[in-house]
Amino acid sequence: MMPHAQKAAIFNKDEARTDWHDASLWMVRKKRDFAVSEIPEWEFLREFASDIKMHTLSKLDDYLESFEKAAIQNGAIVHWAADAKEHNDIVLSILNKHQAKKMVKSKSMLTEECHLNEFLEHHNIEVIDSDLGERIIQMLNEPPSHIVLPAIHLKKEEIGELFHRELHTEKGATDPQYLTEAARHHLREKFHTAQVALTGVNFGIAETGEIVVCTNEGNADMGVHLTPVQIHSMGIEKLIPRRSDLAVFTRLLARSATGQPVTVFTSHHRNPKPAGEMHIILVDNGRTEQLGKPDFRSSLKCIRCGACMNTCPIYRRSGGHSYETTIPGPIGSILTPGIDLKKHGQLPFASTLCGSCTDVCPVKIDIHTQLYKWRQIVSEAGLPEGGNKTMMSIMGSGLASPSFFHRLGNIGRKLLRLFPGKERFLSFTVWTKDRDLPKAPVESFREWYAKQTKDAQ
Amino acid sequence: MDQFYPQAAIATYKLLLKLGCDVAYPEGQTCCGQPLANAGNEAASKGSYLHFVTMFEKYDYIVAPSGSCVYHVRHHFDTLEQTEAVKKVRAKTLDLTEFLLDVLQISSLPAKYPHKVGLHQSCHGLRGLHLGTSSELVNKPVASKLHELLSMVEGLTLVELDRKDECCGFGGTFSVKEPDISVKMGKDRIRDHFSKGAEVITAGDMSCLMHLEGIISRQNIPIKVIHIAEILNTYEI
Repeated sequence: MMPHAQKAAIFNKDEARTDWHDASLWMVRKKRDFAVSEIPEWEFLREFASDIKMHTLSKLDDYLESFEKAAIQNGAIVHWAADAKEHNDIVLSILNKHQAKKMVKSKSMLTEECHLNEFLEHHNIEVIDSDLGERIIQMLNEPPSHIVLPAIHLKKEEIGELFHRELHTEKGATDPQYLTEAARHHLREKFHTAQVALTGVNFGIAETGEIVVCTNEGNADMGVHLTPVQIHSMGIEKLIPRRSDLAVFTRLLARSATGQPVTVFTSHHRNPKPAGEMHIILVDNGRTEQLGKPDFRSSLKCIRCGACMNTCPIYRRSGGHSYETTIPGPIGSILTPGIDLKKHGQLPFASTLCGSCTDVCPVKIDIHTQLYKWRQIVSEAGLPEGGNKTMMSIMGSGLASPSFFHRLGNIGRKLLRLFPGKERFLSFTVWTKDRDLPKAPVESFREWYAKQTKDAQ
Repeated sequence: MDQFYPQAAIATYKLLLKLGCDVAYPEGQTCCGQPLANAGNEAASKGSYLHFVTMFEKYDYIVAPSGSCVYHVRHHFDTLEQTEAVKKVRAKTLDLTEFLLDVLQISSLPAKYPHKVGLHQSCHGLRGLHLGTSSELVNKPVASKLHELLSMVEGLTLVELDRKDECCGFGGTFSVKEPDISVKMGKDRIRDHFSKGAEVITAGDMSCLMHLEGIISRQNIPIKVIHIAEILNTYEI
């Protein structure tokens, strides 16, 4: 796997495009700022939501059982999947039971996490992602680069070209309305012929056993309403205790995600259609393990709004694909090291620890503190990102020793005085590729201070 | 700061003296340990944490013209055994701007600095020490301690930035682990200040300014960096 820094360097080669990507996401952040400024009790809502989620996580086993019981009473079929493989097998078994060969899917980062599409395609099932952004990247055979705006890395000209190739739109057409209309007609046919619809879940309500899906395009509803069999894949951390808790989250989610007061659709699915089937798959896939880590437990509060990506100055300038995770950006960098430390251990270092993610997070996850804590674990595990342990321990002793520390500092400053402008040859190559070193002064503060106190005597 | 930016340390020292403080610089001091700890080696930096505590425990206040060091002492010394000395040092370590406003409670300064200035809000000071309200927390007042102090300076005009508190991209080890983005972030910050007519970029942290100055120097941009202590110290008594 290519290091994040290297992918980011490639992304930055086209500076105009980096600026465009940065500006697109900053615009979303500004829309969010405006939307939340309209809510005087915003900070209270964040705190409230955080408390609800922490409470739910503290009794997750109880709430999951309540949810299951209520869902079964509603007529749903509830499945439990320990990992991605079990989840995918369950979906396939439902499809096979109905001899279905075509499934429409919407709004699910969880199925991305489980790599469901590849699995089903391998079993000769056609999967159609029906969110516009998802459909675009599916046509390109790319993963999403953002959890809410999956195709944010693409320009409308590129989408025009893709649609010309795939959907036979006019060559050179870039009008978003025209392209969207073309996608709409293309998807309409898919909706009519699919036998099964799968959606993700924004919230599962333990009290009622219903699931809630928040969308803007209506595609999730269309899929569910037109097909006899509906499947809802849900991470176990998506639970909230009561329906009355939901309003706290719907007020936070869309404002944080896109700056909308609320998503166009907030759909509650509780019962199967007459003669239909409703399946709910509860997926663990590493969540219980994360729950067992006190320092990282609160990362499971995440409601997948993407605000931490939009605000992250690194994400905006490196793109979602540079993280090579299903969930990119700051939240992904604290969720994924727990899944595979060796593979994702570099991600907690792809941050300046500026803390903007923590302040923007609608459920108050202390993301930058958790990045810091993951760095300690990566280093403890002896992974290269943490640096050479022996070297670090020598440096640690050096930092604790006044004589070593001062001598080293003096040598550094004097070397720079001897070779002004030649620091590029002094092995500071990474720093000095695009930056100069500070100009070394004649005397250090310590030397100046010693003179002062001597003069005073 | 000791080796490369003594002028900022000298300004801090002189300013505190002028304001009537009894100031000492414990010469055995080294580093708070932040660079190693942020690189994931908290365990290796414990020695410098303990040395810091030993060096400073006897003082009423420990003042640093560096929000990120202060943040590190206050927040990350929690991994030490919390002896009375550790607790005292953590509680009494303050950023210069906090000390001036919250402890000395100054409401005016005779400083003069007739320039157009861009204020860079260093992240650890802003979001870590809450020296101001970050732009993400939109429903609270926004004036920061740095704004408050700069407003006391005669002749100083603050420029309005497009992004008033975006990170400069330094980030300690980040600056060398991810040099491309680090530099790009710095360039974007400088452009924001420069395009608004700032002659000078100031901040409460020399590390951010060192990074920005490195890019400014390489690209020959006609803008300077200066630590806020140097602006506040522009007067004699």
